[in-house]
Amino acid sequence: MSTSRYRYLRPEVPELLRAGTLFRDGEKRSTRFSYADEMLVLGEQLDNVVMLNADVSKGMGTFTFGQRFPEREFNLGIAEQNTIAAAAGMAHAGLIPFVSTYAIFATLRGLDMIRNSVCYTHANVKIACSHAGITPAEDGATHQGQEDLTLMRAMPGMTVIAPADELTTRRAVQAAAEWQGPVYISMTKEPVPFLYDESYPFAIGRAVTIREGDDATIIANRDMVAQALLAAESAAAEGLDVRVIDCHTLKPLDEEAILVAARETGAIVTAEDNILVGGLGSAVAELLIEHGPVPMRRIGIDETFAQSGPYLDLLERYGLSAGHIVQAVREVVARKGDA
Amino acid sequence: MHTSPPVAADIRELETIAAQIRCDLVRMIHIARMGHPGGSLSAADLVTALYFQVMRIDPARPDWPERDRFILSKGHACPVWYAALIRRGYLGRECLDTLRCLDSLLQGHPDMVKTPGVEMTAGSLGHGLSAGLGMALAARVRGLNYRVWVMIGDGETQEGSIWEAAMAAPNLRLDNLTVILDRNRIQNDDLIDNIMPIEPLAAKWKSFGWHVMEIDGHEMAQVVDALEASREAEPQPVIIIANTVKGKGVSFMEDNPFWHGNAPDADQTAQALQEICAAAGLEVADVD
Ligand SMILES: Cc1ncc(C[n+]2csc(CCOP(=O)(O)OP(=O)(O)O)c2C)c(N)n1
Repeated sequence: MSTSRYRYLRPEVPELLRAGTLFRDGEKRSTRFSYADEMLVLGEQLDNVVMLNADVSKGMGTFTFGQRFPEREFNLGIAEQNTIAAAAGMAHAGLIPFVSTYAIFATLRGLDMIRNSVCYTHANVKIACSHAGITPAEDGATHQGQEDLTLMRAMPGMTVIAPADELTTRRAVQAAAEWQGPVYISMTKEPVPFLYDESYPFAIGRAVTIREGDDATIIANRDMVAQALLAAESAAAEGLDVRVIDCHTLKPLDEEAILVAARETGAIVTAEDNILVGGLGSAVAELLIEHGPVPMRRIGIDETFAQSGPYLDLLERYGLSAGHIVQAVREVVARKGDA
Repeated sequence: MHTSPPVAADIRELETIAAQIRCDLVRMIHIARMGHPGGSLSAADLVTALYFQVMRIDPARPDWPERDRFILSKGHACPVWYAALIRRGYLGRECLDTLRCLDSLLQGHPDMVKTPGVEMTAGSLGHGLSAGLGMALAARVRGLNYRVWVMIGDGETQEGSIWEAAMAAPNLRLDNLTVILDRNRIQNDDLIDNIMPIEPLAAKWKSFGWHVMEIDGHEMAQVVDALEASREAEPQPVIIIANTVKGKGVSFMEDNPFWHGNAPDADQTAQALQEICAAAGLEVADVD
């Protein structure tokens, strides 16, 4: 019985997974709005938290912080470089700034500022971005932040979190505020299903096994966790018992959870809505190649820019859907004997 | 010299085309259920004048080396560009229904690799002026006689890169570059004055070494005159500050930040088409 193998899921989710209707019938929300809501809670808790917007406060939902705490919200306009470097200054003067914009504009336009003014100086800046991966689907390639995880992972000292749903996004916001030093939170424009109940044990750097299984492990983050669950469910129908790990923190990586999964299940598939270069798949492969190689496949965006289109269609087109993950699971399981 | 003859005989005709383009872009955004109507409508008269009167172009030869180049640096307003390219014959009318669809020529933001007539990819604000500067310089290096027209948003001028280009173009004595600033006074979140004021605009650009003109961006005669006059402003680059209304032509969209990035529903679309046509003396049924 596969139901009992799930951990921390909301009660209705296993049934929706089985029926294949998670995206149609499940409750969904863009995690950017989960973030904006939790910032209102955080603003009450900590009076040194400030919000920096860059003219997408409606797209982020973070205009609400300005309504609630007008003296602690600054909309610096369409000027991401200035905004991020200003955040570094604020952090060094005792505040905890949260910069809110789209992944493309913070992690690419603002990258030099993130590297030299934020990370190199250990500034206590939190950068929270929506529109990661292909989740701004119809907006097209110019808006799809398909390399934010890669770039942020490359910054020494940056903690990188890519939460899968509403609950874990809210927990990530709280954890980021407690964490000393730069944190990047990667979020979705596209609404994603609510997955977890309150029992989910969120801690930065701790990957969470959300489905038990012995035949292979899928390690996923952000919006691909839902695809990983769907993939595990259909693999189960083929008699494959697949473990699923929500690796919400890309850095620091939970090496132990990954090594244990590799040892116990003997085959790994990573799944990320991000370019294959330098993201989750790279991080896991780098770990395993030195400490315990097993058959492995990486699901992600391979050397291309995507395009406009409905989110689920784009997942299919660019090889990110549950179907592609299942195929990869079959392949790694078949290779298990080879070594 | 290779120039395509002006396709619109007079101002009245240009106004009619602008109304048709407004109708097309509103429809397009409605069908896509997403897009940016406000900044598309504010730019409609300016884009119409460029494509149907001022620019030296040949839709049959989109890669003609001596063609004038237009860059929509505020790429989110691409429905107005697509509508003009369709009316001018670069793209088939069937494209109208495909904005933002999978495998469409019409991407959510302009894509020069996919779309004939699109001279530069845009969507991340603050690139287009620099790209235009590069194209203008290339004309000099290659001895070609074309002009580069770049449209930027007023909110977009908050990006630092705009001012890097603003500093460079006069220094390079680029006299084949005209910037059109769509001064519609609204950015994404709110009125520009409520977010990050940018005045005095004319004085800023003048101090950077630009020849500055200021016009009503919805008065077609003024628009055409200013665009034509910008060819003569040697040896400086020219910026035309076009005062416009965001959402122009659709009463409920005008001056309302909500319509920066929201699509009209069926009723709103019907009302919009009605209003645009009535103002231009057209029947909705004829604008198809
Ligand atoms: C670098 C960058 N930052 C943010 C955005 C998100 N964005 C899209 S349109 C827009 C407002 C643009 O305002 P304006 O230039 O005045 O355009 P218009 O009002 O003419 O539509 C913003 C902030 C973007 N596209 N690029």
